[in-house]
Amino acid sequence: MSEPGKLDGFSQDLLKRAVSDRFDAEEMILVPLLAVAMALAFGAIVMLATGVSLTAVGQSYVALFTGSLGSINAVSETLTAAAPLTLAALGIALGFRAGLFNIGAEGQVLLGGMAAVVVGFALTDTPAWIHLPLALLAGAIAGAIWAGIAGWLKAATGAHEVITTIMLNLIAMRLVDYLLRNPPVQKPGRADPISQSVLPSAELPRLLSFIDPNLRVHAGILLVIAAVLFVYWLLFRTTTGFEFRAAGSNPDAARYAGMKSGMIIVLVMATAGALAGLAGANQVLGVLGRASPGFSGGAGFDAIAVALLGRSHPVGVLLAGLLFGALQAGGREMQVEAGVSIDLIAIIQALVIVFMAAPTLVRATIPWVFRKEAGR
Amino acid sequence: MDIELRGITKRFGPVVANSDVNLTIRAGEILGLLGENGAGKTTLMNVLSGLYRPDEGEILIDGKPTRFEGAGDAIRAGIGMVHQHFMLVPVFTVAENVVLGVEPTGRLDHLDIATAREQVRAIGAEHGLVVDPDAIIEEVPVGVQQRVEIIKVLFRSADVLIFDEPTAVLTPQEVEDFFGIIRSLRDAGKALVFITHKLFEILEVADRISVLRGGKIVGEGDPKTATEAELAEMMVGRPVSFTVDKKPAVPRRPMIEVRNLKVMNDRHEVAVNDVSFAVRAGEVVGIAGVQGNGQTELVEALTGLRSAIAGSVVFHDEDITHASARHRHKLGMAHVPEDRQREGLIETFTLAENMVLDSYYDEPYSTGIRMHWPKVETEAARIITDFDVRTSSVFELADHLSGGNQQKLVVAREMSRDIQVLIASQPTRGVDVGSIEYIHKRIIAARDAEVGVLIVSTELDEIRALSDRVLVMYRGRVVAEFDAAAATVAELGLAMAGATA
Repeated sequence: MSEPGKLDGFSQDLLKRAVSDRFDAEEMILVPLLAVAMALAFGAIVMLATGVSLTAVGQSYVALFTGSLGSINAVSETLTAAAPLTLAALGIALGFRAGLFNIGAEGQVLLGGMAAVVVGFALTDTPAWIHLPLALLAGAIAGAIWAGIAGWLKAATGAHEVITTIMLNLIAMRLVDYLLRNPPVQKPGRADPISQSVLPSAELPRLLSFIDPNLRVHAGILLVIAAVLFVYWLLFRTTTGFEFRAAGSNPDAARYAGMKSGMIIVLVMATAGALAGLAGANQVLGVLGRASPGFSGGAGFDAIAVALLGRSHPVGVLLAGLLFGALQAGGREMQVEAGVSIDLIAIIQALVIVFMAAPTLVRATIPWVFRKEAGR
Repeated sequence: MDIELRGITKRFGPVVANSDVNLTIRAGEILGLLGENGAGKTTLMNVLSGLYRPDEGEILIDGKPTRFEGAGDAIRAGIGMVHQHFMLVPVFTVAENVVLGVEPTGRLDHLDIATAREQVRAIGAEHGLVVDPDAIIEEVPVGVQQRVEIIKVLFRSADVLIFDEPTAVLTPQEVEDFFGIIRSLRDAGKALVFITHKLFEILEVADRISVLRGGKIVGEGDPKTATEAELAEMMVGRPVSFTVDKKPAVPRRPMIEVRNLKVMNDRHEVAVNDVSFAVRAGEVVGIAGVQGNGQTELVEALTGLRSAIAGSVVFHDEDITHASARHRHKLGMAHVPEDRQREGLIETFTLAENMVLDSYYDEPYSTGIRMHWPKVETEAARIITDFDVRTSSVFELADHLSGGNQQKLVVAREMSRDIQVLIASQPTRGVDVGSIEYIHKRIIAARDAEVGVLIVSTELDEIRALSDRVLVMYRGRVVAEFDAAAATVAELGLAMAGATA
């Protein structure tokens, strides 16, 4: 036995990190890159098959690049599109880590955005440094409560979260429609479903307006970075995150270790909901300035793919969110420049997900790129 | 059919699992393959059954060099493997499981289950493997499931049968039956390989013994002349002691008192019925019994994982009948669970993370919600060294450890804090001889440090070696109590079978 406070040589060796299992360069970088490349290749085949000429295919991929990374405006658009996806996906990733399949981000985004809009137009004469944080907070709380309902239902009754969150999504969509058609949310004098506008004091300020006032990238991207750091810290540096991960990896062992699964479920869902709610707030306070039906643009659903793609790791989610943001921004350019249908962009996105979700597919298609054999 | 393995070497990256292994398997003979966990037994057999391709060396069947490209080739060549974990469909019948994949079919692909049933009966009758072809797998005991696995292999016309740790899941009576079966298979001219780390079994049933250590064949033994001590030394590489050295117990005040405890199982049947006993500081109480007689539920009730419907559990003077697992842990109760992989460990977590699985929530490992990982890692390194868990780093994942090392990790975690009561279920299940010796030593050391110890085991040898008092559970009740020093195996065995003394 060694003396307390000191470690002998052998123990010291045990503290050396060998090859870290958490980060496998092939798995984390090479496979995703190849998946994108293969998705683009298949996308080209699809375009050719639908009668798009070879030059137009070439043009459209050039447009995809210039529209997402080719100029400062393109980068700004990519970041703007990436922000809500990444925020919502961080919440979903948190759920995955804890073994929960939260399909409800869409509803949480909608209600979070709605709450942020209400606070954004209702609090008049409030200085921005109070108004903006309050509006963001309202979004986070609304999302947390909405997701918390699903968490509580699971903890208390065992109702499966996939079912409850899908139902809560439907309720949220209708609820938002109802609110948008009725005072006090509806914009006075309008017959169509649209909310009052967010006051300037609650808007997320644009970051690059000193270069060009039309650059839409806003302070929400800082929120995203903070959220990535927060989720990383929560998962890997806190007792709460330890419990989340334990419950997700082996619920029996978590119970044996004295962890309270009901409590963990509610906490995970509420945190995930808060992040999704922030995504909604981010959209209305940073981009749209008000709410209208479907203002989320399906971000809550796309975020599921982003979370999967990011392997439920906060950094991975950030990278996946940026990729999706780039595909969205570049996709618009593709449509404008090369006249390719926006549906094809969706197909390419879907192809990326298929290849990412099945790393073995990438390995099997081009095995010679990899060091390791797929099997033994 | 005779098989010869010549110079087999199998590497996984830098790890050499088998190194230049030579082995012959002969028809009408039982070859005992002995080795510690991680010695390379399973890798070697996976090479033989076509799952792995060797990096060097060759396999000769009746003198002819043969190459297996996959498990199918080995099966066609007549080599069948009975795995440690059965590969059966629980909701199918015995006959359906046996023919799965090679079903006898009639016209229009009609499944001819009547023929299958007959074939199962015929194979069963030939080798003394009595099973009802229409029984549903999940409803028959483990011993019968194993027979189904054997019939499955025979149905595929195997001449060579490989058994990977076949007795690990069996009761003592089922082990006897199993030995009868493999002897009859041998007499029918089959070649058998019996992989185990249990010495007395290999001495009883094998015709020839090969010992594997560190991926190499380190010796051969003749079961007629070899002793357990010789084989153990070959297997571990140093002399091993089988008896647990212990002074007479000095029991003090009761640490845990169980009074009229009644517990239900998952199927809402009474599993523990009116059980009362006490565990005192400084003694080891052993609970013997055939698996499934309420031991699991009893331990879960004691450790706060299952609620009791009547009776009480008192710890010192505190009634903890309804206390949480966490509260009991804080009081100084340690629990080595029955199934380390399901409950005791998180296989995708690092060793350091597993080391604090149930103590992460408090100083010194965390303050508030902040984890102090460097502190966790140094402590884990110390405990791992102290308990001789074989690994290269505390950042290794738990599923990279061999079964024996996983068990040591759990035992180390539970015993390395200041504890008052230790409740250990099957503390050495699936653990090799060297590690058993070590774990036993630590348990006795805890007893001598005035910890109250409760051991639940289906291994009578273990119960007798460790315990000061033995309680026998049968159908949820404690049916007998023995002074461990005086009790004979026969007496204990009778009580376990429910015969009232």
